[in-house]
Amino acid sequence: MSLYGTDLLALLPELIVVAAACLVIALDPITPASRRDLLAWLSLGALALCLGLTGGQIGTLNVRVSAFSDLVVIDAYARFWKVLLYGVTGLTILMSLPYLKAERIHLGEYYGFILLALSGMMVMVSGADLLTIYLGTELMSLSLYVMTGLNRSKPRSLEAAAKYFVLGAFSSGILLYGISLLYGMAGSTKLASIASAIGTHGANDPLVLIATILVAVGFSFKLAAVPFHMWTPDVYQGAPTSVTAFMAVAAKAASFAAFMRVFVEGLGGLKADWSLLFLLIALVTLVLGNVVAIVQTNIKRMLAYSSIAHAGYALIGFVAAGRAVGPSGSTPGLASVMIYLALYSFMTLGAFAVIGMLRKGEREGEEIEDFTGLAKRQPLAAFLMLVFMVSLAGIPPTAGFIGKFYVFMAAVDAGLAWLAAIALLFAAVSAYYYMRVVMVMYMREPDPAAVAPRLVTSPALSFVLACAVAGVIFFGLFPNSLVSFALQSVLTFK
Amino acid sequence: MHSGGFPWLSLLLVLPLVGAAAMYVVTESTARWIALAATLADLCIALPLWWLFDPQASQMQFTEHVAWITAPPIYYSLGLDGISLPLVLMTVAIMPLCVLASWTAITTRVQGFMAMLLIMETAMVGVFVALDFVLFYIFWEAMLIPMYLLIGVWGGPNRLYAAIKFFLYTLAGSVLLLVAIFALYFYGGHTFDILALSQGTYPASLQMWLFLAFFAAFAVKVPMFPFHTWLPDAHVEAPTAGSVILASILLKMGTYGFLRFSLPMLPDASRSFTPMMVALSIVAIIYGAYMALAQVDLKKLIAYSSVSHMGFVTLGIFVLNQQGIEGAVLQMVNHGITTGALFLCVGMIYERTHSRLIADNVGLASPMPQYATLLVIFALSSLGLPGTNSFVGEFLVLVGTFLWSKVATAFASLGIILAAAYILWMIQRVVFGVPLPHQLTKLKDLNRRELATLVPLALLVFWIGLFPNPLVSRMHQSVNGMIASMSRTKVAPTTQLSAGEAAPLLADGGQPLTTEGISR
Repeated sequence: MSLYGTDLLALLPELIVVAAACLVIALDPITPASRRDLLAWLSLGALALCLGLTGGQIGTLNVRVSAFSDLVVIDAYARFWKVLLYGVTGLTILMSLPYLKAERIHLGEYYGFILLALSGMMVMVSGADLLTIYLGTELMSLSLYVMTGLNRSKPRSLEAAAKYFVLGAFSSGILLYGISLLYGMAGSTKLASIASAIGTHGANDPLVLIATILVAVGFSFKLAAVPFHMWTPDVYQGAPTSVTAFMAVAAKAASFAAFMRVFVEGLGGLKADWSLLFLLIALVTLVLGNVVAIVQTNIKRMLAYSSIAHAGYALIGFVAAGRAVGPSGSTPGLASVMIYLALYSFMTLGAFAVIGMLRKGEREGEEIEDFTGLAKRQPLAAFLMLVFMVSLAGIPPTAGFIGKFYVFMAAVDAGLAWLAAIALLFAAVSAYYYMRVVMVMYMREPDPAAVAPRLVTSPALSFVLACAVAGVIFFGLFPNSLVSFALQSVLTFK
Repeated sequence: MHSGGFPWLSLLLVLPLVGAAAMYVVTESTARWIALAATLADLCIALPLWWLFDPQASQMQFTEHVAWITAPPIYYSLGLDGISLPLVLMTVAIMPLCVLASWTAITTRVQGFMAMLLIMETAMVGVFVALDFVLFYIFWEAMLIPMYLLIGVWGGPNRLYAAIKFFLYTLAGSVLLLVAIFALYFYGGHTFDILALSQGTYPASLQMWLFLAFFAAFAVKVPMFPFHTWLPDAHVEAPTAGSVILASILLKMGTYGFLRFSLPMLPDASRSFTPMMVALSIVAIIYGAYMALAQVDLKKLIAYSSVSHMGFVTLGIFVLNQQGIEGAVLQMVNHGITTGALFLCVGMIYERTHSRLIADNVGLASPMPQYATLLVIFALSSLGLPGTNSFVGEFLVLVGTFLWSKVATAFASLGIILAAAYILWMIQRVVFGVPLPHQLTKLKDLNRRELATLVPLALLVFWIGLFPNPLVSRMHQSVNGMIASMSRTKVAPTTQLSAGEAAPLLADGGQPLTTEGISR
């Protein structure tokens, strides 16, 4: 048992984020509408503080701090994800500023909810106990439901929120049921206890297998893996674009982080079973995501299916970790997932930032047709979109290629060359719909009769785009720092 | 080593990129001059390599080796041997001509066009000089986007279809290459070094799979029958410079891939697949020529003749003897010169009459004598007339094939006869027919820029045709070295390699296997 004070100190970043969220919500009513920007900057200040705190610990990479009787751990693995989440949240806030104003939904509580969602994600990545992780998941999801429905005047936004809520609540129930079965077996919800209970019980207990499947289903909902992906297209399309970006990147990253920790630390003894399960899920996920994305005409919906497909690629890295046979064990597989999602963040945030920036009349330019001839009218925006699309398609020398490189390398190392071959063929399929956006922007003449799209820019948004494109190109050429960071962080699981 | 440490090859790669970056801040007319300057500067850097290259050495020259990614170990590793030297020189020689050919043909978004050409140049040179498999793959794939844009933005009426077809075909072909690269990494002692991997021995069944994966990537690029269908579309719709790049340089990457990877790394599989490869090559030779006979569009005719000529190259490679392979490399260069020149000629006539149909461009001899002369020179070179470059290459290939099978040689020779038929028939109509009266005003003879584009290629046609020895002698050592290494011991139980610069074959069991993987 450690002192209560040290426990709180370990959770200081989470506490700061929650405090900032409360402060934002409290200040909102007394902030005049014209000065709501200040709430965004306040949130960013809190993030900077957290980044400083977590970043300061990176030097002590292999130190693993447990707090609150092992309910949470602060280890290198958690730090990797937290740094990623701070960055993504910060960029989302910056890109929300002009977008929310253009959509006339610039509400102060938006920033409060984003911070609450972030605190939930931070608990998820640090949780060492199934219930802690569950609480984090719920905090994240509830905040996201509200944010999805933020655009109250748009029926589609409300519909998305309702769908998201119902399906999300359903999946949380399944997850909780799985947790309760595991508790029944192990007498505890701590990952370490569950792991040792599986060690003594043996892996063939049907109850354990059912529990594993339920937990897998619960997480698959959060990851948007097929066949639990149904909510994704509607929610991504209906939610305000900045929220979509946040969901596609941050929520996915946090869900993967918690998911991998649960399955490796808690259910590692069932590797052989769940790796087969996720092998199938990964395969159908990337096939369905990529194929259905082809026929989409709404770019947010297309990116929703693309994000499903990308979850499939990331799952391949995870499966490779589960089936690893080489001397380096599960390290390359897990690290590849982390690298993949970190790089995916840059390109997806960038793509959504461009979409949010493009206005066509009173609405946002979310149809692929709205991008017609963009290269002539807005060459820079078109070029940025080109870079993000090329990266999402995984073509070198962009970050997307590096992400795929490590995932498929891990897969081949684990003896899954056939899976890598299929996945790569579907990556070629995916190039078709990504390149269609490029084609529309560069190879079609703008229709002179149609309303010309215009761009809503701001210095904050330019900063987001600059960060995204710099990340995509820099890590495409020099991935060393990120790769070694991920490899170091995975050592937690050794 | 001749390099003296001077980073020749890096300079070759960086210069066009600098030019491309400059395109963001210049006007249209300066863009043309900057592109010309950048490509000419690249040529000037590459030319000394011709003399500095040591023909007696079989190892890589002008090497550069810098650590790039640590886990897994990937190096920025470059070098030239007798196979890549002619191809690099051809690439940098063709590029300024592409810029010249686009001088007036491209009028929209000139900066973007020139930037794409220059990025292509870096990627193409990079493919030929990369000595790290991942680096090679990055250059190989990086080419797709600029080429896609070149066809899709500046191409003909059906450009969208042609561009995406080209893109998807080549991408789908090359993704399996990546899996093969990983498999080689894990079987070949945890290295991506091309030279080290080329000395490894791999189980026969693995070689089969890898050969098929390589084949998917390279055969699409060549293109070999039956993967050639993207080529006529891409050629016809691409702007002139795009067609020239495709025909002269891009197609060579496929055959270069066979030479650099399939043969040295997978010798057993290469031998087993020889009958299939020879058969496909001969089908390509005859089928391409036959299709060329039926074309009414000049670009399509040349495109199908490319399929036929590239069949000679793959034939020469896979008969696996010195004559065949040297003929193949020579023929790669020849095809680059001759077919590139023919596409330039078509582009010039298209700029005048806005038609590529043979029926619309007849009887050019009297209104355009200079043009007609050059066209005939390149056409005769294309059909392999003695004294021109292609004769030497095709002759060597056929000699090599003869040593392998007389029947195959007979069939391949059919291609030459058919080539004479479609080329001479084309010449008869285009050059010697009666000019259409309404076209006469448009048919002005070549201006100085156009002459500057074509005459250097005509000189190369005769230079290689009459004095092939300087070129062939530079290949000897590399080709011999490769053939010698192909006869190394068959399947070995474990790998015996060490990563590193130009790792020599370890004769006595080698160093212990390095198991450094992704986890450092």
